[in-house]
Amino acid sequence: MQEELPVIANFEVRRRAYLAPDGVVLRHLPDFANDRDLIISMYRGMALARAFDLRAVSLQRTGRLGTYATSLGQEAVTVGIASAMRPEDVLLPSYRDNAALLWRGVTMEDILLFWGGDERGNRWSGPADDFPFCIPVGSQAPHAAGVAYAFQYRKQARAVVCILGDGATSKGDVWEAMNFAGVCKLPVVFLVNNNQWAISVPLRLQTASQTLAQKAIAAGFSGEQVDGNDVIAMRAAADAAIASARAGDGPRLIEAVTYRLGDHTTADDASRYRSTEEVQQRWKEEPIVRLRNYLVSRMNWSKADMEKITTECEQKVTAAIEHYLATGPRPPETMFDHLYARLPGAYAGQRKEIEDLNA
Amino acid sequence: MPEATLVDAINLALARALADDPDVVVFGEDVGVNGGVFRATAGLQQRFGAERVFDTPLSEALIGGLCVGMAAQGLKPVGEIQFLGFLYPCIDQLVNHASRLRNRTQGRLSCPMVLRVPHGAGIRAPEHHSEATEAMLAHIPGLRVVVPSAPERAYGLLLAAVRDPDPVVFLEPTRIYRSVKGEIEDTGEALPLDVAFVVREGRDVTLISWGAMVKDTLEAADELAAEGTDAEVIDLATLKPYDEQTILDSVAKTGRCVIVHEAARTGGFGAEIAALIAERGLLSLLAPVIRVTGYDTVIPLPRLERHYMPSIARIVAAVRKTCKFS
Repeated sequence: MQEELPVIANFEVRRRAYLAPDGVVLRHLPDFANDRDLIISMYRGMALARAFDLRAVSLQRTGRLGTYATSLGQEAVTVGIASAMRPEDVLLPSYRDNAALLWRGVTMEDILLFWGGDERGNRWSGPADDFPFCIPVGSQAPHAAGVAYAFQYRKQARAVVCILGDGATSKGDVWEAMNFAGVCKLPVVFLVNNNQWAISVPLRLQTASQTLAQKAIAAGFSGEQVDGNDVIAMRAAADAAIASARAGDGPRLIEAVTYRLGDHTTADDASRYRSTEEVQQRWKEEPIVRLRNYLVSRMNWSKADMEKITTECEQKVTAAIEHYLATGPRPPETMFDHLYARLPGAYAGQRKEIEDLNA
Repeated sequence: MPEATLVDAINLALARALADDPDVVVFGEDVGVNGGVFRATAGLQQRFGAERVFDTPLSEALIGGLCVGMAAQGLKPVGEIQFLGFLYPCIDQLVNHASRLRNRTQGRLSCPMVLRVPHGAGIRAPEHHSEATEAMLAHIPGLRVVVPSAPERAYGLLLAAVRDPDPVVFLEPTRIYRSVKGEIEDTGEALPLDVAFVVREGRDVTLISWGAMVKDTLEAADELAAEGTDAEVIDLATLKPYDEQTILDSVAKTGRCVIVHEAARTGGFGAEIAALIAERGLLSLLAPVIRVTGYDTVIPLPRLERHYMPSIARIVAAVRKTCKFS
């Protein structure tokens, strides 16, 4: 027989959602949801990311861009968080977070340049302290803790946002960062884009945990699950988490439940490991149509308004692509130019060798 | 400080760096109240406060990653990994991030950090506490790898590492933490990085080493002097990037070279030096280059470790062999 031992701790995880998949309002909305300009700007951010993704994939398919990771279906996650950040906050994105970078002022040209195989894409003129896309999954989480420690040490009211995928929550370095953030009450928000798939591995093989939000609890801070296809919920959760960080109340975790509607990257073929029925089903929940329905039903939005934004996004993307395609490669010897602050004499000969070979 | 040990020198340099620059922060496992398992950070938390000198959880990947995040914000983090054998979870941070943040962002972000790591065998330590895998680190583009061999150089090189605008792995030879003493003036003066030190001048043969083995190499040189062989001893000090010219100049002078390191032979840093001499100093050689190294096996537990480490006798024998060659 089970011994009756006393319960010494109880925890709960809450879920946030305001809009049903058809855009119908489920519960009392936060105040900002009535700010028409803000909601439209978030719609624009999502639509731009969608338009950008579609064109980037076709560039890749025609040999004019390298491997590319789309954010298809997850635009609300990144626009929600980015729109809640201040310019002086710092973002540490993973490779799927284009929409957040675009919102924060990184240009499409920069992003194309990076995926087109040129480091200069990460030298953007956008947010100077933001980190570039992190490719080794979750390895930027300790950097987020370091940036947050610097803010705390210098008594700056700035917040750090680290965007991770569901797969990243299985990684030791992510845990190490969360654990330390909890110990030091660091001003950092861990945003988990739970898009259900880590390349071909589904969430159920990634973890036996009921939610990913609860992973924060063991680190001593709270985690909240959010409908990641509901940009209003994402923004509200982001506002609360960032405010907590900025106020010195410590880290938060947001689990954004969404779905990766596209392949992992252009190098992947998701039909090898998941059914088209599953994907079709998930298209019914996608974030852009959901917000459009909200705008139409609650904010007197018309088809013309929508089309205007679509056209505007298409034009911006086209202009960026033209600019990207017109940018030539940098001289090969410059591969040494940012290795160290000053190139050690030991490597000057190698730099010259490349220069001479290409003279 | 007269009769300072190498640990004293590290402690003094850290205190100096903390006092000189409010951006310097020092952290790692047990570095706070306890002052580090080797006492390298003793008294620093009491003097500079727990915000600047602090204990981390037992998380090596975190320690490396914290350095990267802090450094990107312009702090000067000095992280400590307790032993080189515990560095490996942090290698991802060194290879994928610290060493290439500047390059990845084409100079937009940079990574002025120091990671201090005890290095080497010979202290009868438990398993995994006696590693000498510096060659692995010296293979990483964008990194600096520094190994001091005496208190006075440890002080000046550590200050240089902290002030350097790029990431430095600073390997501290545990075997000579307390056994080698020297005189240190706390002047705050750094020594140059990327430069080898000729610690003994000689005409007949060039001996190249770093870290704890420099002491043994110098003792071997004394023994050789008694039998009439005049050995030049180079303390490489910075393994990446290393000072090619000092090596080539010395070999041009002596025509003979023995490289001494305690790390395993294959792919060890001695191989790099031998290759350099083969490529750019071959015609000044009077004899083949010889490596005196640890063996290509796992560093044994303490009962056998002295059989693994290059001994003075092995160094002397190698020098005799190269000097006899004609």
